Amino acid sequence: MTLVMETERTAPDETYNFAYLDEETKRMIRRAILKAMAVPGYQVPFGGREMPLPYGWGTGGIQVTAAVIGPDDVLKVIDQGADDTTNAVSIRRFFRRVTGVATTGRTVEATIVQTRHRIPESALREGQILVYQVPIPEPLRRIEPREAETRKLHAYREYGLMHVRLYEDIARFGRIATSYDYPVMVNERYLMAPSPTPKFDNPKMTAAPFLQLFGAGREKRIYAVPPYTTVTSLDFDDHPFDVQSWDEVCALCGAADSFLDEVVLDDAGKRMFVCSDTDYCEDRRAAGHVGPEGADEADAPAGKKP
Amino acid sequence: MYVAVKGGEQAIENSHRLIAAERRGDPAVPELDVRQIREQMRHAVARVMAEGSLYDPDLAALAIKQAQGDLVEAIFLVRAYRTTLRRFAVSRPIDSARMAIGRRISATFKDLPGGQVLGGTYDYTHRLLDHELAGDGAGEAVAAEAAAPLDPEMPRVSDILDAQGLLEAEMPDDESDPVADLTRDPLRLPGRRDQRLQNLARADEGFLLALGYSTQRGYGRTHPFAGEIRQGTVAVEIEAPELGFAIDIGDIEVTECELVNQFKGSTEQPPQFTRGYGLAFGRAERKAMAMALVDRSLRAAELGEETGHPAQDEEFVLSHSDNVEASGFVQHLKLPHYIDFQSELHLVRRLRADFDARRTGTDREAAE
Repeated sequence: MTLVMETERTAPDETYNFAYLDEETKRMIRRAILKAMAVPGYQVPFGGREMPLPYGWGTGGIQVTAAVIGPDDVLKVIDQGADDTTNAVSIRRFFRRVTGVATTGRTVEATIVQTRHRIPESALREGQILVYQVPIPEPLRRIEPREAETRKLHAYREYGLMHVRLYEDIARFGRIATSYDYPVMVNERYLMAPSPTPKFDNPKMTAAPFLQLFGAGREKRIYAVPPYTTVTSLDFDDHPFDVQSWDEVCALCGAADSFLDEVVLDDAGKRMFVCSDTDYCEDRRAAGHVGPEGADEADAPAGKKP
Repeated sequence: MYVAVKGGEQAIENSHRLIAAERRGDPAVPELDVRQIREQMRHAVARVMAEGSLYDPDLAALAIKQAQGDLVEAIFLVRAYRTTLRRFAVSRPIDSARMAIGRRISATFKDLPGGQVLGGTYDYTHRLLDHELAGDGAGEAVAAEAAAPLDPEMPRVSDILDAQGLLEAEMPDDESDPVADLTRDPLRLPGRRDQRLQNLARADEGFLLALGYSTQRGYGRTHPFAGEIRQGTVAVEIEAPELGFAIDIGDIEVTECELVNQFKGSTEQPPQFTRGYGLAFGRAERKAMAMALVDRSLRAAELGEETGHPAQDEEFVLSHSDNVEASGFVQHLKLPHYIDFQSELHLVRRLRADFDARRTGTDREAAE
């Protein structure tokens, strides 16, 4: 059986304009995107619209995707790295309805990938667009709650507060205790929140051949990392940035290089680790890789029937 | 062995069918008609219109039906719909002095030109459940007719005080200056009063009520008097450029509240009364009054008063007043966060390992 996320192009719902938003609004968003690309990492305020999906559930990413999508695009939507999580399903259904574009679960086939909390494991290529859903676009927000203040801090490139915060972690815990939404410097100018992706994904952002667009609907901000832009994770000489690694490998495909989800199997603490990126995992298994638990046909992974 | 923890298309489909059946309830009970909601749940309709920023009682009633009476959900439905509507004109400011009055009261003067008009209100009902309404036996309700029509001259209390210079003057904005519109532009901070009033008019009633209440309990006192509360219908006019004059496109029902607040004056300004303003669609006195309290409270900095309380903090109030935003973001915690949680789990395990290693080291030192 093919996954339900694989669909051909169909006719969109005529009740709404293509991609739901009216053309004027899409133009306004595209202007904001262009500005964001011209000033990498800078949060551009935009006239975010009220979408038929709730704030905090991807409305920023949805508006960005709606502004850049065309009838020939192939869309992939992931949440936590997986195509079959409920909100990813819901967003994909929304675009299928209002654009009729073809959708896919395969990273390599997609022209646009909308994501929440992950960057796909396999590198995207030139011409592909990665759209991030962003809840809190302001990297300094946890330190300074006031927008009027944080805008000034960015204007003066005054990021000492963030360094102090990271240093305090080292003083208290002996290491930087930020594991996701780990702050990055973009193009050596703007401090940027990579959205709550795990710091594991940060190295994928720098000098990437693909375009990265970030949409925050509730906060009405868009920012961007154009292709081949430097993205550096903040660190100290004696405490260099590092990413998570696991003692385990993926139970299904045996991958030792991917971000692993921990799945609790029973109430006695039995656990297994599997790739969070379902497409990556399936690709590897199709190529013959087998993890410690992946051999048995009857235990086929979620989303696929044997 | 690997349980399918992730939901799918089918689960969502089934969930939609289930919620539709739950909405309908017992099929033996007649289905609610949208017109019944519009006519008999007017306060709910008013709230959905006000916070949904769309004056359309039929659509508001439909949203209430669809949302099973969850008003914040109904407001969300109306907001998502209104964003698809084309904007064909910007109306002239409504003139509440020319309102067809349904109710008009002032707490500052015993009598005043136009008189006090109590109108329909629950204010002086005793809140006793009316069991007659429970059955079909409720008789027809017939309103008493007034002996004489209302005075056509119904000047606003603020205009009366204004004429004596006791109330701060309210200067109209330059008409060529476009009015802020939060449905088109992001919130600006610090912002002007037009943006603030729009934000408050769309704000969650409960949030405003609590904030307004906090000012009365001492968290930024504003010494308010209900100068006037009026409710009724006003004409909406637009100016068609090709005509060169304004045309009336319909009436809307609104509730307006003008608070008069004590102000001791400053080095530049003599002691006088200041204003707080509230306006909401339909019958919404609680909302309009709470809004007026918060509007005045947010003027503390501008008037050189002491600040620091929540209701005086523009960024705090305006950033958190919208219930569609708040409801979405609070409830997004339902979405899977296993990646972030896994990252934190990973971190906590490492920190605990560090902690244990340090403690073992300390124990060894102590033993030596």
